[in-house]
Amino acid sequence: MIGSLLGRYPRFANWLYGFTPPERGTVLLVHRRVYILPTRLGWLYGATVAILLVGAINYALALGFALTFLLAGMGLAGMVHTARNLAHLAVSTGRSEPVFAGESAQFRLYLEARTAFDRPSILARHVGSGAQLVVDVPAGALAEVVLAVPAPRRGWLPLGRVMLETRFPLGLFRAWSYVEPQARCLVYPRPERAPLPPHSAAPAAGGLHSPSPGNDDFAGLRSYQLSDSPRHVAWKAVARLDGMLTKQFAGEAAAELWLDWQALPAALDPETRLSRMAGWVLAADRSGAHYGLRLPGREISPARGDAQRAMCLEALALYPPS
Amino acid sequence: MNRAAHPLAPEIRTVSTRDLAWLIGSLAIVIAPHALRAPWWLTLLTLCLYGWRFHFSLNRAPLPSRWLVLAVTAVVLLGVWTEYRTLFGRQPGIILLMLFSGLKLLETRSHRDAAAAAFLGYFLIITNFLYTQSIPTAAAMCVALFALTATLVGFSAPQRAPRANLRTAGVLLAHAVPAALVLFLLFPRVHGPLWGLPQDAYAGMTGLSETMSPGTLSRLAQSDTLAFRAEFEGDPPPQAQRYWRGPVLWDFDGRTWRIGGRHLVAFSPPPGGLARYRYGVVLEPHNRHWLFALETAASLPERTRMSFDGQLLATAPVRSRVRYQLTSVITPESGAGEERGTLQRALRLPAGFNPRAVALARQWREESASDAQVLSRAVAFLRQGRYAYTLEPPLLGADAVDEFLFATKAGFCEHFASAFTFLMRAAGVPARVVTGYQGGELNPVDSIITVRQSDAHAWTEIFLGSRGWVRVDPTAASIPGRIESGLARSVPERELLPLMHPRLEWLRGIRHQWDALAHKWNVWVLDYNPERQRDLMSLIGIRNADWRMLTATLFSVLGLMTLALLAWSLRRLARPDPVQRAWRQFCGKLAARGVERAAHEGPRDFASRAARALPAARQAILRIGALYIGLRYGARARAAGIKQLKRLVRGLRIA
Repeated sequence: MIGSLLGRYPRFANWLYGFTPPERGTVLLVHRRVYILPTRLGWLYGATVAILLVGAINYALALGFALTFLLAGMGLAGMVHTARNLAHLAVSTGRSEPVFAGESAQFRLYLEARTAFDRPSILARHVGSGAQLVVDVPAGALAEVVLAVPAPRRGWLPLGRVMLETRFPLGLFRAWSYVEPQARCLVYPRPERAPLPPHSAAPAAGGLHSPSPGNDDFAGLRSYQLSDSPRHVAWKAVARLDGMLTKQFAGEAAAELWLDWQALPAALDPETRLSRMAGWVLAADRSGAHYGLRLPGREISPARGDAQRAMCLEALALYPPS
Repeated sequence: MNRAAHPLAPEIRTVSTRDLAWLIGSLAIVIAPHALRAPWWLTLLTLCLYGWRFHFSLNRAPLPSRWLVLAVTAVVLLGVWTEYRTLFGRQPGIILLMLFSGLKLLETRSHRDAAAAAFLGYFLIITNFLYTQSIPTAAAMCVALFALTATLVGFSAPQRAPRANLRTAGVLLAHAVPAALVLFLLFPRVHGPLWGLPQDAYAGMTGLSETMSPGTLSRLAQSDTLAFRAEFEGDPPPQAQRYWRGPVLWDFDGRTWRIGGRHLVAFSPPPGGLARYRYGVVLEPHNRHWLFALETAASLPERTRMSFDGQLLATAPVRSRVRYQLTSVITPESGAGEERGTLQRALRLPAGFNPRAVALARQWREESASDAQVLSRAVAFLRQGRYAYTLEPPLLGADAVDEFLFATKAGFCEHFASAFTFLMRAAGVPARVVTGYQGGELNPVDSIITVRQSDAHAWTEIFLGSRGWVRVDPTAASIPGRIESGLARSVPERELLPLMHPRLEWLRGIRHQWDALAHKWNVWVLDYNPERQRDLMSLIGIRNADWRMLTATLFSVLGLMTLALLAWSLRRLARPDPVQRAWRQFCGKLAARGVERAAHEGPRDFASRAARALPAARQAILRIGALYIGLRYGARARAAGIKQLKRLVRGLRIA
């Protein structure tokens, strides 16, 4: 109920949580943002202390009083320690690799304890999806949390709200805080397994330019360039310490493939089109061909390698939705 | 929203073998004192339950079913019932609680159950204090509290090293101490129980009783338990004059003496005697009304009355340690007269017992002119009788006085007092038996006199016309050493308790130290009561504080403490670490010379740029830069490096 209320009044939620999303850079959890309430175990503990107090009064036990008050003091100290376990934690995010729709985006969260004490058992939980992980953050160190958030649709997937929670050291209190760091993951369209577009002579219609029968025949080695696919690195040569070399294939240079939005049947809806084109990009990349991409309003000239693949998939992912 | 199981919720976290080992270990510490008191087989049963649960964990076997646990519970209840014939009352209740800790373990699957078992452990700690609140118990229970807390911390951080958990538990307890101290001092205390206590709540208190028969005192004298402590203003009276008067016994049935009832009189201080003493007594609970006073009390403590035979009686049985202040005089000049009825009672004897003693007494009467002469004949008779003093007196038959006086000639003080009073009554001199304690040990450490049950004594008071009631100690008459040098040198050595042994002087020295400590503990910790609380409040300027005042003070102090703690933690968090502080200082120094660090500039770039700009300090700047990078980003950044960085930054002089 409260959740839906907060959803309806985001400004109220922002005031309540003490920040306005998304938060840039490193987020420091100041005290104001850490909430704390007793757990059920905490209430049970309180009841135990109350019973002990009654017993101590009834039997006039001086040490009973001492024990009761020590336990009460420990409850209070436990509360401060629980809040301290979370307060002034620095939260930052790392880069997340693009994924395909239907997969899980791997968001990297870094929790840094800039203070001189350990912060064990901190739960990071993605509010939207429920993805969660418990980590220990040692004093003065950084702990990495990878949250696998399902990515159902193409485009940018923002991380959204993350809850950090701890019950350390006694489990009597639960301290929690919300963060919404500025982190996003690129989601490519879900690739559809599809054969490459048919060979066509017309360059504008897509297909392989002057297909060569000698395609994929090993032709020699050249020095490695950053854009080369790791699949084409001559790993044996690397193992011999000859340095990074790339295998060249005879057919490649000549093969030029256009993956064209217009080549697909007009009846196909845009999302299906994008899915199929993503499948083409993967297939073309696997074949090692030079390929280009044509979208309405955008053209990527033919090239090959991982950079080309990434550029094409990104263009498909961010294609304006219909 | 997805409702995945909450990984921090104790309900779903299963108890690991390590958690269980910690829990069982700390529970074992908690129940150790109970185990020594409980019947051995119930202790064994508890330990078996612990072991059984651990066995399940080691073998990764599923826990016993509900029905099996219920069956074991029934067995446990039956066992306790067989032992005590009841399930209620203090002792059976505590034993049940101890066994339930084992049963709770048997159904402990998650951390939630385990935490509940740990809370039960906290509960078991307090039950130990129903028996004793001595320093060793307190120390043992501190260890138990620490272990239980470390166990709880372990539940919250299962991956952590046990040593780290122990340290956290220690820090928590240390942080709890100030709040606990404030609560202990200021929490409004009330007198008395809130509801009725179980029948056996005050069982097991030792001390003098309302009757005396042969063997009562000699048995009591073998107990080393503390009776009371007394602290004198100025010098205490010598040992031979320290007769601590307790119950007075009037009625004799041939074997047993009984007290004469609680007939109260208005208190009138006796006229001045030989010496006057002011002292305070801390009396251990003995569940009776009487208080002990050095003989002839010259003042009456609060909430105390005086009986017709000069006993100090509290308004309620002494069930917790009490303190009272008294003035006593020794040997008052003249006693008041006595009612006829009372004197008649002091002459009554059962008919038909002890014919030889009666005959002897009559003979003295006939041959004497006065009561005083009868007394001196009797004392002379005892002195020449070669009586033996022993903690193990021979058993006596129906004519106990005759047998003791003429046949066995060996006994403890109750035999002497009983026989002497009998002789006096038979001779027509009003006499009564007084029980109490004689002597007590002066502790050289704090000058407090410690009186133990082993100092229990019985003597006679006779009524001598104008002098009133006069104390006569027949034991002292026959065995003078008993009073002058104490019990230890008067009875054969083999009959003594180890610590009463005269040759173990060094051990007694330690014991004196310990006694002094225990007394302070009793007075300052265990006897902190509403009166002392009022004293404390008037010390900080609040007179006649009631509970409202106390509560208000308590909450103000606690509030201030919380604020202080909060401020401390915020300040500590906000303060950067020493490496960062040194670096900022360094940047500040360079900025003062016009080399300001840009926001985007890393330490390496900045240091090399600064070194170029200020060639005079080139060396130092580069070293500081390298050191900072190593400390801030390197794997091993520690004390020596930090110290060096600080020194370099402080010593940086830019011309």
